[in-house]
Amino acid sequence: MTIEIKTATLEPVRNTYAHIERRFGDKPATRYQEATYDVQSEKYFHYRPLWQPEKELNDPSRTAIKMKDWYDFKDPRQFYYGAYVQQRAKMQEVAENNYAFFEKRNLMACLPDGMEAKIIKYLIPLRHLEQGANLNNMYACSYGYGTAITQACLYNGMDRLGIAQYLSRIGLIIDGNTGDSLAEAKQAWMNDAIWQGIRAAVEKMIITEDWFEVLVAQDVVLDCLMHELFYVQFDQWLQDNGAQDIGMLTEFMQVWAKDNNRWIDATLKIAAAESTENKALLETWVSDWKQVISEALSPLAAEMLGSDALALAESALDKRLMKAGLFK
Amino acid sequence: MAKKLNIKDKYRLLTRDLDWEFSYVDRKDAFPFEEFEGIKITDWSKWEDPFRLTMDSYWKYQAEKEKKLYAIFDAFSQNNGHLNVSDPRYVNALKLFLTGVSPLEYQAYQGFAHVGRQFGGVGARVACQMQAIDELRHVQTQIHAMSHYNKFFDGFQDYSHMHDRVWYLSVPKSFFNDARAAGPFEFMVAIGFSFEYVLTNLLFVPFMSGAAHNGDMATVTFGFSAQSDEARHMTLGLEVIKFLLEQHEDNVPIVQKWIDKWFWRGTRLLTIVAMMMDYMLPNKVMSWKEAWEVYFEEAGGSLFKDLARYGIKMPKYAETIEKEKEHVSHQAWWIFYTHGHAAGFHTWIPSDEELDWLSEKYPDTFDKYYRPRWELAKEMEAKGERFYTKALPQLCTTCQIPMGFTEMDDPTQVCYRDSVYKGDRYHFCSDGCKDIFDDEPEKYVQSWLPVHQIFQGNCGGPDVENVLSDFYRMNLGEDNMDMKGSPDEKRWKQWKGVA
Ligand SMILES: [Fe+2]
Ligand SMILES: [Fe+2]
Ligand SMILES: [Zn+2]
Repeated sequence: MTIEIKTATLEPVRNTYAHIERRFGDKPATRYQEATYDVQSEKYFHYRPLWQPEKELNDPSRTAIKMKDWYDFKDPRQFYYGAYVQQRAKMQEVAENNYAFFEKRNLMACLPDGMEAKIIKYLIPLRHLEQGANLNNMYACSYGYGTAITQACLYNGMDRLGIAQYLSRIGLIIDGNTGDSLAEAKQAWMNDAIWQGIRAAVEKMIITEDWFEVLVAQDVVLDCLMHELFYVQFDQWLQDNGAQDIGMLTEFMQVWAKDNNRWIDATLKIAAAESTENKALLETWVSDWKQVISEALSPLAAEMLGSDALALAESALDKRLMKAGLFK
Repeated sequence: MAKKLNIKDKYRLLTRDLDWEFSYVDRKDAFPFEEFEGIKITDWSKWEDPFRLTMDSYWKYQAEKEKKLYAIFDAFSQNNGHLNVSDPRYVNALKLFLTGVSPLEYQAYQGFAHVGRQFGGVGARVACQMQAIDELRHVQTQIHAMSHYNKFFDGFQDYSHMHDRVWYLSVPKSFFNDARAAGPFEFMVAIGFSFEYVLTNLLFVPFMSGAAHNGDMATVTFGFSAQSDEARHMTLGLEVIKFLLEQHEDNVPIVQKWIDKWFWRGTRLLTIVAMMMDYMLPNKVMSWKEAWEVYFEEAGGSLFKDLARYGIKMPKYAETIEKEKEHVSHQAWWIFYTHGHAAGFHTWIPSDEELDWLSEKYPDTFDKYYRPRWELAKEMEAKGERFYTKALPQLCTTCQIPMGFTEMDDPTQVCYRDSVYKGDRYHFCSDGCKDIFDDEPEKYVQSWLPVHQIFQGNCGGPDVENVLSDFYRMNLGEDNMDMKGSPDEKRWKQWKGVA
């Protein structure tokens, strides 16, 4: 049976969902828009949570940050689930090739003497820090408000688990799958004096109540300083000392940070631009955590890279904060 | 030469070993909700990972699935795939799905994100996080699958706004609110086990095979694509139950109580599926009764045999539930038919062929109790007096379904139960719902009952019409009323070139 369809009779009745139309006008919407805006339930919850009876199930007051519209937090990457996994799948394909090549050529064996020990001591313990970042982003995801920001926190949380797993694999390449290097790195994380400051800061962050503060502490301050120290400066040190091949194993983290910064920088900027109160609050959080984290990182940075490493990292952070409209 | 790691050891190193013992803060401040429900966890390390998927594989597999799925969505809309559905009445099942079920996927995302942060055991946490992101996937792919239907049919456009407000949508909404408002372990028994493991087949198989039988490629495709996610969710649900029961014997009665509660609440929720299968699918898959027998009585029966060794019994009211399969779909569609002016989708009288099918599938009940109603409705419609009730229904305080279910031993008698709490009387549709209330009255007195809210003037007014158009944002005369004469029907006829 063939059906004659006149195109004129197939004019759509509407272009998109009504809530999308109310926001963006009567025109075709993007997949990001339909997957994101106003998807979260807003009102008329039936029961208060037993685990937090002073709040509603979805409640914007779980942070002191105030927004007229929580959907202002548009993700510049426009990640909805499908876009997110496809983008990460591309990154993991490159990573997979890198790891395979690295192992096939046995490049770990080509490292200068003593280099493996440095990687175990300075790089592998970050897997625990990433695990903390996973918890912190899941916290912001589950206590946050509105699909726009919470889905991005979820993607970040899952990314951190993935990064922790890549870091663990570097250890497994070093120790030939015995797990010894992971155990050694965990020892460092648990007991080595240079790691205790930052471990204490991460633990403190995990019990911090305001989810936006957690986001600022983790994704803005700690991530930026950590990235500068480990994936910029330590990476440079590795290159200068004949261990440039390690860069193949950390390329994922390099690319990831660029991608993630687009989102977190935009998020910070939007929150700060909303009101002077928000801006002041963000500045307080940033200052407090910058102090805590800098102090915590300082022995580690000094031992790993020398005495001006941390100051260099801090100035990179300051630049990003300025761009986001803070402290000016 | 590097030694080969087996999957279990590898997964342990890549996931479980990431956790550490806190030294600088109290662990209880990091995971504060593990104790208040009375559940005893003595050793999280006994948790068996239900699936061992690292993030790199997750991204890879899921991206492949998304690529295929979206290719089909694109083709579907380019080719106006909606023209291939069996009958425009079918699309109303999708409206019910998008307004009633997809928002639950969102709540599942939120609930699993919450426990995916709050569980102290890293294995359980990570498994829950993966389910959280899967559930986000489900809601978003459903929104995208329905996006094309929304362009050509009424009733989809304000699904999110409606889900928060409309009287019958408070049934699914409150179900998930209830689970999310509970502690983390009850949430897992409610959603991970009762819903995902035992009842999910009764929700998804009917919708997806309904879609397949009715020419709806978009829905079939997202349904199939979600299957492998669901397989993971089911293993997680089962692991949770086993883990809780094995951790401490004191957990057994608590878990049993939750199973009783959530099975009852779950079967009440599935009423919409029952009605969809028996009345809304132009091409039938199987009757609700048959689905119940296959997916609950057989599959569930053997599951509970398995769980007996832990001291777990069949859910309370299993016998009542068994009788209900003969009735609920008919009673529910009647409620919607008679309140068709207040529904966000179209209703209709089953065709003669469909009435015969129902007689055949329900030989013990349909002709005796339900067919006469439809014959009467037909007569009235023929006289131009399509019946709509004026009254607003009283709702059950627990499940929030209108009080239209009957005593199962006497289908002519509507079932009423009530309890008095702090001087106020609360009404229930069944013993099951009354028991749930009596166990936690302080929770259920909070229920945002849509009809109460209308009477209290919290939903605009003064008339029901105003509530529907202003508060619910229904486009009256388009989204609601009978299928006959609806704009949906008119457009369909135009597209198909029939008068
Ligand atoms: Fe789902
Ligand atoms: Fe699921
Ligand atoms: Zn009830």
